[in-house]
Amino acid sequence: MKIYLDNAATTRLDSRVLACMKPYLTTEYGNASSIHYMGQNNNLVLESARDRIAKILGAQSKGIIFTSGASESNNAIIKGVMLANADKGKHLIVSAIEHPCVLQSARQLIKHGFELDLAPVTEDGLIDMIALDKLIRPDTVLVSIMAVNNEIGVIQDLKTIAKLVHSKGAYFHSDIVQAIPYLDIDIEDLGLDFASLSAHKFYGPKGVGIAYVNPKVKIEPLIAGGEQENGLRAGTYNLPGIIGFAEALDLAYKEKIEHLNTVRELRDYMWQRIEAEIPEVHLNGSLTYRTPNNLNILFARIEGEAILMDLSMKGVCVSTGSACSAHNLKTSYVLQAIGLTLDNLNSNIRFSLGKFNTKKEVDYTVDALKKTVIRLRKFTPIKK
Amino acid sequence: MSLNYTKKTVEHFLHPKNIGELKNPDAVAEVGNMTCGDQLSFSLKVKDGKVADIKFLSFGCASNIATASIMTEKVKGMTLEEAKNFKWQEIVDELGGLPKQKIHCSILASEGLKKVIEAYEEKNK
Repeated sequence: MKIYLDNAATTRLDSRVLACMKPYLTTEYGNASSIHYMGQNNNLVLESARDRIAKILGAQSKGIIFTSGASESNNAIIKGVMLANADKGKHLIVSAIEHPCVLQSARQLIKHGFELDLAPVTEDGLIDMIALDKLIRPDTVLVSIMAVNNEIGVIQDLKTIAKLVHSKGAYFHSDIVQAIPYLDIDIEDLGLDFASLSAHKFYGPKGVGIAYVNPKVKIEPLIAGGEQENGLRAGTYNLPGIIGFAEALDLAYKEKIEHLNTVRELRDYMWQRIEAEIPEVHLNGSLTYRTPNNLNILFARIEGEAILMDLSMKGVCVSTGSACSAHNLKTSYVLQAIGLTLDNLNSNIRFSLGKFNTKKEVDYTVDALKKTVIRLRKFTPIKK
Repeated sequence: MSLNYTKKTVEHFLHPKNIGELKNPDAVAEVGNMTCGDQLSFSLKVKDGKVADIKFLSFGCASNIATASIMTEKVKGMTLEEAKNFKWQEIVDELGGLPKQKIHCSILASEGLKKVIEAYEEKNK
């Protein structure tokens, strides 16, 4: 049995997306920057994909910059905007629960004379608006707050945050990589100056994403040395990836309601069973302001990675916190930020459901999980 | 970075040896803590200056469980002096290697062993 419940880490490529990509890997392989017909035909295809994406996301086409994924986009936006607008100020704010690529990009800037503040969150994982209000200064250039947290699935109120940030004269960036297809992302309506996305989070290919950059705002290119993307991002266009991005995004919006209902039903069913059948469990984060695919659960007195490995041996793929934190052995700063005690930081599992999951898979997983928890609790030295 | 465990490590994780608590142990000791994500509790029985029996409890990852499991297998029957000098490198070798970010598990296990023997020695001075 192979069961994949780690859809927040990455998703399976939709076969319809692959079919759209195939010609650009095999027969239509011209470089979209070349002047000959193979290049120029692909240039038209590329620009039409850009228009399609812009339309779906409620953004201007010229603001869409193709990248290798959200990690690159986050790096490019945070560093590029701060460097290009240093005359405006040298202060930036990011939330305490950002993805490491946002936090580290911001921290790198400190070495170059910039100042950073972390915006705290409440126990639900929501941005503390009063604290954020107080942190924004006249020299604050950029505020970066993710739409949906990768570990606990908590959804931020981007529109309200954008209004506050703009009222104080700063720019607003959001890492929206976990938001599609769960939120209605309309970039202009939400008031985002910058946004970052990866295709592989919504059944598209890995290695392609976008950085949305408000065309009115100055930005320094992270990858320099080519005229692609108006000089803002050098490198040969990844046309198969870009086509895959556009198609996957289109499908995600078209099939959104069906997808949401499927994962919500499975997620709620899964939590109901776990809560009823496994003692000493606790749901981390707000159930109200949370994407319908995410469950982050504390299993008291046993260790998360042991749970993960035991489930993995039974064919079930889950995660402890974010996939990126799996290797550095550090406890989750996200769970710490929402108030988990130190003793409980190593006992959590993230289940993230996707459109390909079934009720049968959820049942198998809960049955396996029950056995795993019983086995590990048999020999834990931690008393109740 | 790879987190692939050897077959032997997996085997000891899934079917750990010497797991539990000894009744009427001659000494007990605990190393690590929940905040670090690794905790081991050992209980020891000594006969004629040798490790007669040893058991452990674990709050830890797969390699935490596997390292304690294989170590307790290896040190049974050893003199206390031999067991005290049991090196973490031997645990790694016995398992056929450990991912480098998991080496600390073998160190914790050997520290726990030393601690429980020292607790015994302290009591029986």
